[in-house]
Amino acid sequence: MHLVLFFIFGAVCVGAAINLLVQKHPINSALSLIVVMGSLALLYLLLGAEFVAAIQVIVYAGAVMVLFVFVIMLLNAGEEEVLPHTSRVAVTLGVPGLIVGLAIGVWVISRYAGLDRITIGGPQVLNGSEAFGNPRSVAQLLFRDFLLPFEVTSILILIAILGAVVLARREE
Amino acid sequence: MVPLSYYLILSAILFACGVAGFLIKRNIITIFMSIELMLNAVNLTFVAFAAELRLLSGHVFVFFVMVVAAAEAAVGLAIIISVFRTRETLNVDRINLLKL
Repeated sequence: MHLVLFFIFGAVCVGAAINLLVQKHPINSALSLIVVMGSLALLYLLLGAEFVAAIQVIVYAGAVMVLFVFVIMLLNAGEEEVLPHTSRVAVTLGVPGLIVGLAIGVWVISRYAGLDRITIGGPQVLNGSEAFGNPRSVAQLLFRDFLLPFEVTSILILIAILGAVVLARREE
Repeated sequence: MVPLSYYLILSAILFACGVAGFLIKRNIITIFMSIELMLNAVNLTFVAFAAELRLLSGHVFVFFVMVVAAAEAAVGLAIIISVFRTRETLNVDRINLLKL
């Protein structure tokens, strides 16, 4: 069951990621990216990360992608034009080679590091500890051991908001 | 039962798609979306190792990566809007001067 769900959502993920590359119009790419993020959230649920799956949908597929779609529509972005000096070798040879090469690399590394023998899911994860990955356990770690980094990220977000406002302001 | 390596291979494929999009796309917004795809691939690795090692720190790190990605998206899109105002184009091949 675990494996079947992994293959279904992994295939959806990879298909949408390739669709992101193939589509010419940025709005189609943005919608493919939302599909990638949604299926990644389901994979997180398979891994027992409930809290991460929730914020993946809310923050990434919700807030960040709305921002992207908003900017695409605000700037009225059309199909991308290909200038004459753009090389197409990267598209025809480089991309499939890159994907296959990286997958083979990970496979070799995981085989020789013994990661193949490690499996995720099954009874020991589902029944082992119910608390793993739920919001309460993540919050206990976040607000106790990682309190200072958490506060620093709030300052980072504040600076980002101010920077965005200053950069996007129309200069008179 | 899914081997850990399957998750890592999926993550590597997604990361490679992100790198490929970053290199071949000419629209600045699509390039930005490819960066988000790479960040998502890294998050999948974090969560897979967190599940395997039974360590919740991985989830907290994913949280921090998401915070940084949100901040980066806000600032980056503001920069894109500001570039579009002065250049009237989103094609990175046409944005080749530091100063107009």
